[in-house]
Amino acid sequence: MKNVSDLTIREASDLLSSKQIKAQELAQAFLEIAHGQNKKLNSLITICDDAALNQAKKVDKLIANGQKLNPLAGIPIGIKDLFSTKNIRTTAGSKVLENYIPVYDATSVDRLNNANACVVGKTNLDAWAHGSSGENSDFGPTNNPYDLLRVPGGSSSGSAVSVASGSSLAAMGTDTGGSIRLPASFCNVVGLKPSYGRVSRYGVIAMASSLDCIGHFTKTVYDNALVLNVTAGEDGFDSTCTVQKTDDYTKDIENGVKNLKIGIPKEYFESLDQKIKGLILEAVKKLEKLGVTVEDVSLPNTEYGVATYYIIQPSEVSSNLARYDGVRFGKTREKFGSEAKRRIILGTYTLSAGYYDAYYLKAMRVRRLIRNDFAEAFKKVDVIICPVSPTLPFKLGEKVNDPLQMYLADIFTVTANLAGVPSLAIPCGFIDGLPVGMQIVGPDFSEKLLYQVGYAYEQETKWYRRRPSI
Amino acid sequence: MKKNSKLKTQASSVIDIDYVSKLANLPLSNKERVLFEKQLKDVLSYVAKLNEVNTDKVEPIDHIVDLANITRVDETSPSLSQEDALKNAPKTYNGFFEVDAIFEEQ
Repeated sequence: MKNVSDLTIREASDLLSSKQIKAQELAQAFLEIAHGQNKKLNSLITICDDAALNQAKKVDKLIANGQKLNPLAGIPIGIKDLFSTKNIRTTAGSKVLENYIPVYDATSVDRLNNANACVVGKTNLDAWAHGSSGENSDFGPTNNPYDLLRVPGGSSSGSAVSVASGSSLAAMGTDTGGSIRLPASFCNVVGLKPSYGRVSRYGVIAMASSLDCIGHFTKTVYDNALVLNVTAGEDGFDSTCTVQKTDDYTKDIENGVKNLKIGIPKEYFESLDQKIKGLILEAVKKLEKLGVTVEDVSLPNTEYGVATYYIIQPSEVSSNLARYDGVRFGKTREKFGSEAKRRIILGTYTLSAGYYDAYYLKAMRVRRLIRNDFAEAFKKVDVIICPVSPTLPFKLGEKVNDPLQMYLADIFTVTANLAGVPSLAIPCGFIDGLPVGMQIVGPDFSEKLLYQVGYAYEQETKWYRRRPSI
Repeated sequence: MKKNSKLKTQASSVIDIDYVSKLANLPLSNKERVLFEKQLKDVLSYVAKLNEVNTDKVEPIDHIVDLANITRVDETSPSLSQEDALKNAPKTYNGFFEVDAIFEEQ
């Protein structure tokens, strides 16, 4: 059998159901990897030995009894430490919550537990999900497994690294402005930011409520669809979670891309790094060979994305972080780190009397224009392909003293959050040994189509097989 | 505090950190005040870019997926016990959260 950390969910699930491996053996193997790697990578804040082994024991019993189980049964997963996990410490990457032990599970965690997935750890993150590099964690930065001196991307840094380095087979993350897609791109894994409202946010510590999306990382596109099958769908605890029906996201995934129209938004390529541009256009050529037609499209308000986002997001952050007062749980407000403080100040200012109309309301007007841009483009094409990041994974420390430069790392990702549309980030190659990803963006609730396109491309390239040596 | 109705005139303005930190109930050190003032000035000049966009006839977007008036059935269901709700509280008293006095005793 191959190394367990090279497995996909699909392969591991087959091994479990055909009784070639026990869930307890699998959990044990991943826990060992997690413990072994964590000094080097710092991808996990808490490793959950007992929770994982107990769940695995239960799965082995169910398999022995011949029960039909979800493909995620017995699969070792990581959970961003922003998701409430009952009886397991949940820090949000911040000293404010360093001793906080939730008394309930987030809906997505609850659904994963019911599907009998095994939580091996709570993953590291930029505190409160504020950051593009993972360096804002109060528990220390996470390292990129492809180059330990570089950032893994943030804010779901530990989740991406856990999947990339093989301490889990899937990991949950959140994406408010790129926090899943950027680390997915920097770590050679598949990351989904679903449509706003596709997955319940209940129990996930809120960052900016009109933008927050719950998604996940996997090695392959097929695996990614398996996880969305469990997490998607209506939830009585989250009124922003849509009642739109969910699909079986793996169904038709192998249908191919013949006759689909792919849009290339010129604004994303104009001043793009030539090497990154080259890789993405090469990927588009591969899809053309598989039968898609390619068309230029325009998203004219793209250049206002980051400015719009950096008004709306800190405003909502300041409001959401107002609840941390040290009375009901957690520590007092002076324990917030620099980035959270910066955003609270900025957001409080942009929402304050006399400034609200000029900042927040103005941004919500431009946001409508950005959403309209996508709606117009999707009248012409089925999906859009564009870069995830303007740069390769950067060096640790490179941008920490210049918040504005750090914020601009999200230039190609914030627009999907502002528009609410889904985006799938998938690996599309390497430059100088460092991973590069691209986004496949579609209309509201088109996750199934995104998987179809991603799957077709992945069959041609299989970049996930190029594993980091740690 | 200055009240300018246009973003343009504020672009060069600096956040009144003392006032805003009071509004946000967020204690800051002197070092943080100085640093944030500079860094947030950069961010504000960057976001002033939005002045280039004519939004006179554009309605602000509210909810991104057009959901409205979502309610649940008005039925009781199990929720957190008092004990669970208090589990993470730093200070409790007789089954309640304990907070510092807001008004001084006369």
